[in-house]
Amino acid sequence: MNETTKMILVLTVICAACGFLLAGVRFATEERIEDQIMRYVKGPAVKRVLSAATNDPVEDRRQIDLDGKPVTVFIGRTGGKVASMAYETTANGFGGEMGVVVGYDIEKNCLTGIGITSHKETPGVGSRVTQESFSERFAGKPLDAAFSITKDGGAIDGVTGATISSRAVCRAVEQSVGEYAKIKEQIAGP
Amino acid sequence: MAKNVWTEFRKGLWEEIPPFRLVLGLCPTLAVTKSAGNGLGMGLAATFVLLCSNIIISALRKSIPRKVRIASYIVVIATFVVIVELVTQAYFYPLYERLGIFIPLIVVNCIILGRAEAFASKNGVLLSAADGLGMGLGFTIALTAVGSIREVLGAGTWFGMGVMGTRYEPFTFMVEAPGAFICLGLLLAIMNAIGKKA
Repeated sequence: MNETTKMILVLTVICAACGFLLAGVRFATEERIEDQIMRYVKGPAVKRVLSAATNDPVEDRRQIDLDGKPVTVFIGRTGGKVASMAYETTANGFGGEMGVVVGYDIEKNCLTGIGITSHKETPGVGSRVTQESFSERFAGKPLDAAFSITKDGGAIDGVTGATISSRAVCRAVEQSVGEYAKIKEQIAGP
Repeated sequence: MAKNVWTEFRKGLWEEIPPFRLVLGLCPTLAVTKSAGNGLGMGLAATFVLLCSNIIISALRKSIPRKVRIASYIVVIATFVVIVELVTQAYFYPLYERLGIFIPLIVVNCIILGRAEAFASKNGVLLSAADGLGMGLGFTIALTAVGSIREVLGAGTWFGMGVMGTRYEPFTFMVEAPGAFICLGLLLAIMNAIGKKA
């Protein structure tokens, strides 16, 4: 066997073995990682936006089908009745995809609040949109509010120096509001 | 050459303790040692990768052609790093969030490739395992030491427990980046002073 063939063969075998090993580990840990993200990242955000609920919205979550794409809806109840709900949407920010959980009061048809679940914004600049001082600007807004920053003629005060990140949050909220009617229809009932 | 497993293991703990003696792997030593717990977690992650990659590379050392050895080592190392990343994500999520980018960066940690090239590619499996474990634990001890000093002085806690009493005003400077350099510099100086006497 000449040298080149041997090099190609050895590297191929090593890469293939590593690939199989990683696929196995990934498969074995996938479910747990999902759980951990739910517990440490999405859970706290959902509980914050649905703080008025008397049940545990993270336990009371449901997979629904929205035009062929699965959406996890967290349901908040007061006295056993469905009173609020929250789900996650994404938008592209400055550094990559940003996940935003938006909570809704179903009776008043308004926002109860928003929470950023994942982002890759610049630390100390764009990342300031994750702070309470920004996210609280969405709380209590009716569904027909203009969800864009004041610079673009909207109703939300953007974070100074973080225009692109603020716009991304608004876009995610806008998309979320757009899906509201369809999702509400599906979770209506018990 | 009468190399024995115990000497190979022990050298990583003191004579060649990676960040202090070899002055390798300084990036994580400076970056993740804000607290003792972070240092310990990072050290153990690196130890696992070092041990496994040393074993595999040593076992394969006769079948890997010289010309593609670095590429092969990197593939093996990267595989174990991804395993560590997935496992910490699945079982130690808060630690995973704190260490963040530094877990994937273990791939380019020069201690690991350094040991693969300098030791595992020339020695048997058992010796390489001892070398990897020793070096990894040395690295862990060093990181935990730097982390402990910074956490105790900078936050008044050790592994999250208050140790300096409530009257202690935290010396926040120590948990910032300059504190890391100063702390490492002083430790290196102490290690050199001890080394000279012996």
